[in-house]
Amino acid sequence: MIDKTYPSVAEAVADIPDGATVMVGGFGASGSPVELLHALIDQGASDLTVINNNTGNAEVGLAALIGNGQVKKMICSFPRSSQSRVFPKLYREGKIELEVVPQGTLAERIRAAGAGIPAFYTPTSVGTVLAEGKEVREFDGRPYVMEPWLKADFALIKCAVADPLGNLTYNKTARNFSPLMCMAAKTTIVQTGQLVARGGIDPEHVVTPGIFVNRIVEVPHPVHEDTLIAEGRSYP
Amino acid sequence: MSTGWTREQMAARAALDIPDGSYVNLGIGIPELVTRFVPEGREFIYHTENGMLGMGPPPDDEHRDLDLMNAGKKYVTALPGAAYFHHADSFSMIRGGHIDVCVLGTMQVAANGDIANWSTGAPDAIPAVGGAMDLVQGVRNIFVITQHTTRNGDPKLVERCSYPLTGVGVVSRVFTDLAVVDITPDGFRVVELAPGVSFDDVQERTGAAILPPEEQCEGREND
Repeated sequence: MIDKTYPSVAEAVADIPDGATVMVGGFGASGSPVELLHALIDQGASDLTVINNNTGNAEVGLAALIGNGQVKKMICSFPRSSQSRVFPKLYREGKIELEVVPQGTLAERIRAAGAGIPAFYTPTSVGTVLAEGKEVREFDGRPYVMEPWLKADFALIKCAVADPLGNLTYNKTARNFSPLMCMAAKTTIVQTGQLVARGGIDPEHVVTPGIFVNRIVEVPHPVHEDTLIAEGRSYP
Repeated sequence: MSTGWTREQMAARAALDIPDGSYVNLGIGIPELVTRFVPEGREFIYHTENGMLGMGPPPDDEHRDLDLMNAGKKYVTALPGAAYFHHADSFSMIRGGHIDVCVLGTMQVAANGDIANWSTGAPDAIPAVGGAMDLVQGVRNIFVITQHTTRNGDPKLVERCSYPLTGVGVVSRVFTDLAVVDITPDGFRVVELAPGVSFDDVQERTGAAILPPEEQCEGREND
C-alpha cells in the first residue's frame, strides 16, 4: 500500500542539498509552512534559490531562513511588506539576489512547469522594464511577452487535511500558490494539520490530487506565522 | 479655491460608475473605501487576487481567521456564496478579462492612459510589483482614484509618466479630489468638476493639456 507519510519534518527535509531551488507555499503569513521552514533552518542547506510571493516577515519562517544566510536568491512578486525587515537589509547590502516577477506571471510560470509547457505569452508587463530583453509577439494585433516555466527541486507546502496518498485540501486563502507549486517541484513535501485515512477526503473535495505530492508530515496545531510575530518570537 | 471632494466622496463618485453585478478588484488605500458607497440597489462581488471571490468586510476579533486575508494581507471575511481558488485561477480571472472593474491608486497617470504605480525607480528602492501589472492589462475597466496632485503640489496627471510604467494605455477614467477625468484619444477630458472647482483650477493642477467637459448639445432632449 502506498504511504507517503514521514515521521517528522526533520526527516522530510533531510535530503534538500546546498544549491537547491525550493518553492515555498503561502501568501504573506497565510499558508506559510512554518514548521517545514524551521526544519530546513535546522538542517542547514545553503545557497538556496527560493520561490515565494514575498520574502517573509519579522524573524520567523521564510524571513528566518533568509536571515540565517541560507538563501542566495529570491524569486518573488512583492519582496517588501510592513513586517519584512530581513530581506530588505540583505538586499541593500548586496548579499542576496532578487528576481521580481508580476504575481500572475509568477503563478502561471509555476503552473506551466507543472503542466509541461516550457513557455507562454502574456499581456502582463508589456511596455514596462520587466519586459526588457524578452521576446514580444503579436496575437490578434496585441503584443504579448514570452515567459518561461519555473521549476523547482523541492516544494514546501502547508495544507489543512491530507490522506496517505497525498490528496490535499487547504484552509481558505491559505491555498494561494500551493496547488501550483505541488505540481512544479520534483519533490513536494507537505505538512498537514490533519492526516486522515484513505477515503477520509471526499474525492469531489480534493484540491491537490496525490499524484503531485511526495511526502506528508502531520503537524497538528501548526503555529501561524502571524501568531509568532505577535508574540515577538524569532527562530532559531 | 475649494478643497474639492474628500477621499470618501471620491470613492463614492467612483462607485456610481460601477454597474450592478460587477466583479470588482480594489487596490489598497482610497479604493478600499468604495465598499462603503455601493449605490442602493446594486451588488458588487469583490475579487481578491490571493484567491477569493465574495470578499466581505473585516471581521471582529472573535471571528478572525488567520488564514483569511486579502491581497493587502489584512484579515477579511467571506460572504455567503464566496469561493476560494488558487493563484493561477485567480489571475486567469484577471488576465482572461473576467473581472469587470479594477479601482487602483497611483503615483502617476498619463494623458494616453499609461499608469505608473509600482516603483519610483529610485536606485535604493526595492522593486515590488505584486499583481499590479496583471490587473492593469487584464481587467476590462481600469479606474484610478487619486489626489490630483502630490503633497508637494506636483501634478499626478501628466503628459508622460516619469516613474517606471505599470502598464501602457490601460486607464479609462480617473477620479480625483477636483474632477472626474476620462482618458480619450485626444488626451485628458474633464467629465465632471467637484463642487466649487473650476475648469481652470483643474487645468492649473494638471501636468498636461486637459479638455473641458463636452458641450451639452441643445435641443437634443427628444432624441
